[in-house]
Amino acid sequence: MRDLIDTLVQGILLGGFFALSGLGLSLSFGIMRIVNIAHGDFLVVASYLGVVIVALTGVNPLLALLVIVPLMFAVGYVLQRALLNRAETSNELSPMLITFGLSIILHNALQEIFSADFKSLDAGPIEVASLSAGGVNIGWLPLSILLLALGIFAALHWLIANTRFGRIVRATVDDPEMTSLMGVDPRRIYALGMALSMAIVGIAGSLYGIKSSFNPMAGGDQLLFAFETVIIGGMGSIWGTLAGGMALGVSQMIGLRIDAGWGAFAGHLMFFVFLFVRPNGLLAKGGQHA
Amino acid sequence: MPDRNLTPTRADWRVSTPIIGPLLLLALALALAVVPFFAETATLRLMVEILAMIAMAQAWNLLAGYTGFVSVGQQAFIGIGAYGLFLFALKAGVSPFVAVLLGGLVAAGVGAAAAPALFHLRGPYFAIGSWVLAELFRIFITNTAWLGGASGLTLAQAVRGVPLTYRTHTTYWIALGVALLSVVGIYCLLRSRFGLAIRTVRDNEASAQSVGVDVARVKLMVFVVASFITGCAGAVVYLNTMFVTSTAAFTVDWSALIIFVVIVGGLGTLEGPIIGALLYFALREWLADYGTWYIIALGVIAITTMVLAPQGLWGSLTRRLPIELFPAASRLRRVNR
Repeated sequence: MRDLIDTLVQGILLGGFFALSGLGLSLSFGIMRIVNIAHGDFLVVASYLGVVIVALTGVNPLLALLVIVPLMFAVGYVLQRALLNRAETSNELSPMLITFGLSIILHNALQEIFSADFKSLDAGPIEVASLSAGGVNIGWLPLSILLLALGIFAALHWLIANTRFGRIVRATVDDPEMTSLMGVDPRRIYALGMALSMAIVGIAGSLYGIKSSFNPMAGGDQLLFAFETVIIGGMGSIWGTLAGGMALGVSQMIGLRIDAGWGAFAGHLMFFVFLFVRPNGLLAKGGQHA
Repeated sequence: MPDRNLTPTRADWRVSTPIIGPLLLLALALALAVVPFFAETATLRLMVEILAMIAMAQAWNLLAGYTGFVSVGQQAFIGIGAYGLFLFALKAGVSPFVAVLLGGLVAAGVGAAAAPALFHLRGPYFAIGSWVLAELFRIFITNTAWLGGASGLTLAQAVRGVPLTYRTHTTYWIALGVALLSVVGIYCLLRSRFGLAIRTVRDNEASAQSVGVDVARVKLMVFVVASFITGCAGAVVYLNTMFVTSTAAFTVDWSALIIFVVIVGGLGTLEGPIIGALLYFALREWLADYGTWYIIALGVIAITTMVLAPQGLWGSLTRRLPIELFPAASRLRRVNR
């Protein structure tokens, strides 16, 4: 029984990270209709930015977030403006294939610069500190990640639902042509959307670098986990993404309990079963995906 | 007495039937069939790779270019085809040459079984869903000792006693057969009534349904055909190398290469994947020593093509010159009765 509770708790804590990463992917799809295949690679790029900043300044990687997040915001803006906005707009698959090309370029470039060796970011004593509740150990680091994720979800929800910027974004998503008649440049909104998505990826990437060791090839798995989170949660639902992250986290924890090699497998399997059983996701809005 | 000023006309959707393309293909096939009598083993091995890549690219092109399904999970069917071959040859004693077909059939079966789940995902989400399928198989095989685990399987035991010349020649002819099957099969498929249904589904699913096309069946058929061809090609690749590991067979790099070949060659044409494959292997022979920089260069070329010339090499060529070797798109023309 205690094992079961422990697995659930650890899974939910892990789910906080998946939800955060999934939020970045979900945002770029929700606003630009782009599935960013380079999502995981950008996440790993953020981890390596942490490596560089720590090596140059010696600060705690948690402080490096203050540099990484604005940097990734700028990367997202430029990426959308310089590349993705130029892709054929009639075909939603063309931007996706461009991001696939970017993914290949990014992980090979990282390998060229940093070698294929595993690296990690050392954030000090927080990494191993934990509190004990009812016999279950809760690590301070995963708990902080979960709480931070909850905060970012709430902030994004508020931004989209209650601000002028959020209104403009929602209008652009509904009808880009009509919105542009009202004096909004959809391409600029898309650029800001991608910038926001990349800023979240920046946060997720830094935390990923602290919580696990990584190498240039880690991006593929991170894309798939984020993707599963979004689909399980249900398209178009921010809070669904949070629930999807928890479901994936718990599945992976159950797989890991069986054997160290089966964690990701259990998550993928749950995702596939889910597609058969409840294809519209936990908290889907409307009838179908995309 | 009909009014002579009103010439009765009807629209004809049929595709033009040029003789040059098929004749050229026949001549090429005959020429390629006798290559083993002149070429060295190393050359044959390279040609097997090229022929398998042509088949994989044709299958992806059938999905993406003609039906509108973009998959980045083709490695699932490559790996399943390869492992299908190895398991039939090693565990059931089937001749590895015959097992190529069985590998393709297993891949088609997995495609048919996974389709109901994957088809819930539309557009870009289908792409990543198919990647998840490949990962399921990769992790499962890596962790299962009976399937060779992480260290892989070798065919050595299954071909003991088979002379090297016989082996390389047969492998080459099978590869040629699979490549020809992919080109001719897809060409005939697209020119048929079913081909018209395929294009209707790509252009607009709702209106296809409204004119009586069974959209779900068309999508399933196309997906299964593509899985079969990809599975056969994957089996050929690893029959050629005689050794397979889950990491190599199920890597997403396969999809990256296939997409490079089709995009640069020309999406939605039968000629494009052939040209793209030849270009890719030329680049590889020439630049592979540069390691990761060479892969980065391929990525840059693909992105540049997508932004500046989305119709690819063959598409750019046919826009300037009115040549079409394998027309599969129907042209509407007026016919006097």
